[in-house]
Amino acid sequence: MLAVGLNHYLILSAILFCLGLFSVVTKKNAVTVLMGVELILNAANINFIAFAKYVDNDLDGQMIALFVIVTAAAAAAVALAIVLNIYQRLKSINLDEADSLAG
Amino acid sequence: MITNAILILLLPLFAFVVQIFIGKRLPRQGDWLPTGAIICSFLLALPIFFDALSNYEAGHVVVQQSWEWLRFGNLEITFGIYVDNLTSIMLIVVTLISSLVHIYSIGYMQGDERYSRYFAYLCLFSFAMLGLVLVDNFFGIYCFWELVGLGSYLLIGFWFEKKSASDASKKAFITNRVGDVGMFAGIMIIFSTLGVFGFTDVFTKIADGGLSGTMLTVTGILIFFGAIGKSAQFPLHVWLPDAMEGPTPVSALIHAATMVAAGVYMVGRTFVIYTEDALLFIAIIGTITAFMAATIAIVQKDIKRVLAYSTISQLGYMMVGLGTGGYTAGLFHLTTHAFFKALLFLGSGSVIHAVHSQDMDDMGGLRKKMPITFWTFLIGTLALSGVPPFSGFWSKDAILASALEFGMNHSAYMWIFVAMLLSAGITAFYMFRLIFMTFTGQAKDQKKFDHAHESPFTMTLPLVVLAVLSVGTIWWGWIEHLLAKPELATYATVAVGAVEHSAEHGNAHLAHTIALFSSIAVAGSGILLAAVVYHWKKISAEAWGSKLKPVYNLLWNKYYFDEMYEATVIRATLWKSRIFAAFDVKIIDGFVNGIATVTSKFASLQGAIDRVGVDGMVNGVARVVGVFSNRLRTIQTGKIQTYILMALFAVLILFVLQQF
Amino acid sequence: MNITLFDTIFYLLAFLTLGSAAIMVFSKNVIYSAVGLLFTFFGVAGIYVLLAADFVAVVQVLVYVGGILILLLFGVMLSNKITNIEITTETLHFLPASLVVIGIFVVLYRVFITTDWNPVGSYNFDPTTHEIGTLLMTDYLIPFEIASILLLGALIGAAYIARKD
Repeated sequence: MLAVGLNHYLILSAILFCLGLFSVVTKKNAVTVLMGVELILNAANINFIAFAKYVDNDLDGQMIALFVIVTAAAAAAVALAIVLNIYQRLKSINLDEADSLAG
Repeated sequence: MITNAILILLLPLFAFVVQIFIGKRLPRQGDWLPTGAIICSFLLALPIFFDALSNYEAGHVVVQQSWEWLRFGNLEITFGIYVDNLTSIMLIVVTLISSLVHIYSIGYMQGDERYSRYFAYLCLFSFAMLGLVLVDNFFGIYCFWELVGLGSYLLIGFWFEKKSASDASKKAFITNRVGDVGMFAGIMIIFSTLGVFGFTDVFTKIADGGLSGTMLTVTGILIFFGAIGKSAQFPLHVWLPDAMEGPTPVSALIHAATMVAAGVYMVGRTFVIYTEDALLFIAIIGTITAFMAATIAIVQKDIKRVLAYSTISQLGYMMVGLGTGGYTAGLFHLTTHAFFKALLFLGSGSVIHAVHSQDMDDMGGLRKKMPITFWTFLIGTLALSGVPPFSGFWSKDAILASALEFGMNHSAYMWIFVAMLLSAGITAFYMFRLIFMTFTGQAKDQKKFDHAHESPFTMTLPLVVLAVLSVGTIWWGWIEHLLAKPELATYATVAVGAVEHSAEHGNAHLAHTIALFSSIAVAGSGILLAAVVYHWKKISAEAWGSKLKPVYNLLWNKYYFDEMYEATVIRATLWKSRIFAAFDVKIIDGFVNGIATVTSKFASLQGAIDRVGVDGMVNGVARVVGVFSNRLRTIQTGKIQTYILMALFAVLILFVLQQF
Repeated sequence: MNITLFDTIFYLLAFLTLGSAAIMVFSKNVIYSAVGLLFTFFGVAGIYVLLAADFVAVVQVLVYVGGILILLLFGVMLSNKITNIEITTETLHFLPASLVVIGIFVVLYRVFITTDWNPVGSYNFDPTTHEIGTLLMTDYLIPFEIASILLLGALIGAAYIARKD
């Protein structure tokens, strides 16, 4: 049970995923929310690479992980631009204050 | 030559288009552009004229060319240019007088609000008149005929702020329309029987018997109706005196040389289609017109109105000339009259410009103040009165001779000659009355007299040019050759042998001699009488006026023509309109309103159903939705993390459902 | 059942990853969170190495640590007053979020444990860089190109959105 196998990696990624999710849902600060998103993406990458090693034993999973990293970089850049824009308008980056869509 | 003819026509059109759109922005408000264009037209007309002059024989055609214009199925309307001797003379007359009037207007219209537009209109009118002269078929002549009417409408009503001017322009236009309807009918008869519009084609077919007898007479009279309107013949002459509301150069151009001459020209152009009866009709109308207008002119006080009635009278002369078979005489008089009447109008314009009044009671003694105007005006008056050696003498003498000859051949119509002779005397009388009242004697209004001055160079130059042209010797000889009377037979495709001369030569010679001496006699006596009454004041005009009160009133009121039309045509039209209006209001409106009421009742019933039934249902649904929505909207907080949490909760439930 | 060196390294790296991730999530100070995230990224890079993904591990360090994290730090600093030392973050709906997240973890755990993944027996630890390069230029050429366009678009878009107007 203590010998490391596929399940260990999966559980590690699951915990990481849940921490990221928790961060996304609870943090008011938009930058911290973004950090949570990065955690989720890392958790997903761990899954990809673990499956690539233990199940397929080829490089496809790693390729997908690479593209995820690229996409994450793009997403982070755009998201931070949006954060800056919100800050210019509201003088705050607390997401609970950006509620002009309230019904 | 054809290029010349086309350019003569198109230059004024071009100038008009440019002037009407950007004239105001050109230097000097663009007055040089139409003036230049029309002068160029005149210069281009000269070669055509000299070509006609150097080819004397009758029926010589300088230019004839036509193009297809419209085609509806089998109907083909061509548009062409036809220049013969008559056209070449008309071209010279129109372009020369138009040029002089343009030049004169530069001085006369100076400072007017719509200076540039005035020149545009003038140019449009010149274009229409040149087109009328140049065109080679009935359809085209009708088009330009109407365009001339439009031009005159615009120019008479040029000072449309004045009610009298706008009324006069409408009167001129509508009165002309009455004559035009007849002309249109005549043209349609020609087209429906012969199927062609071109002058030469029509003449050829008539010569071959395509249209003859009473029908041809009726056609001729109908076409002459157009001339009655345009040339202000009895009984449609009423518009011309009122048209004096337009600027004076316009009166000179339209009501002396061109528009009124259009009717005479048209009769001359289509001369061969008139039967003897139609010609007699023309002669009688002309006689009535000439005599009536001359008598009215005696009592007029407005300087331009005197000239207007004298114009009507002279146009009557031309018609008599044509109607009694004196084709050459009538058109000769048209030409000479154009020049000396333009001179008189421009001269009167010069006087009006100086004293700012048209009433002869305000004038007098202007001879010293305005020498050039006086001397040129005197020349024009002598020409109009028929004093040798001025041009009017020769042409009027020819018409009188023609009338006398006609009377000798048909003794029942001797009265035409007598009336014409009498009118000639009256003409001399009223023209010298004008001279004496205006230029000689004492000033009647000292203030206006002091203000008076000679007109500027641009206004006196045309006067001098026209005065030179009113001297008779330069007309000597050649014009009779150019205006040789056309014979229908020359158009016949089948040779009909030698054309018989209806008039015996001896008669003609005798008639000429009698006419010559009698016309000099009546002119002299007319002038003498005028001098006795108005210069030496031996006979009091007022006394005679009050003695002959009924006659005076009759003349002063112009034979009550306007009142008569008012009482008959206009009243009848209004009465008829009122009946139609009543029919409209009572019956048609009643019917329409009835339908409307029924519809409206039915509609309000439907409306009630709509409101209570359909709307109630729809509103009920909406209200229910609204209540639930108000509850639900509290969920939407706008906080994105709340949404995420909810979504995750839902995902969790789905997972759990899937797994267990 | 004996614990090998390999297993030991895994547990150490997992502890590093999860511990720093927990610091990142539960710290109130945003700067602390960022530092925690830094160590999380390092830990994940180590995990990649254990999974024989050397190239991805290097990219993870280069891109996440060298790029994204710096970007996040800039975001923190540009959106707060520098002089304000207390750059904190507050939390909201802590309890429902905890319940949902724990629920999700339970579900995931169950799925991972109960599923039979059919792992293959042999693993090799050869360098992957050469093969990844070949794959990028052959099978993954179109995703590669599209990724470059995506980055260009993100670059322009980010500059456009963030500019002062």
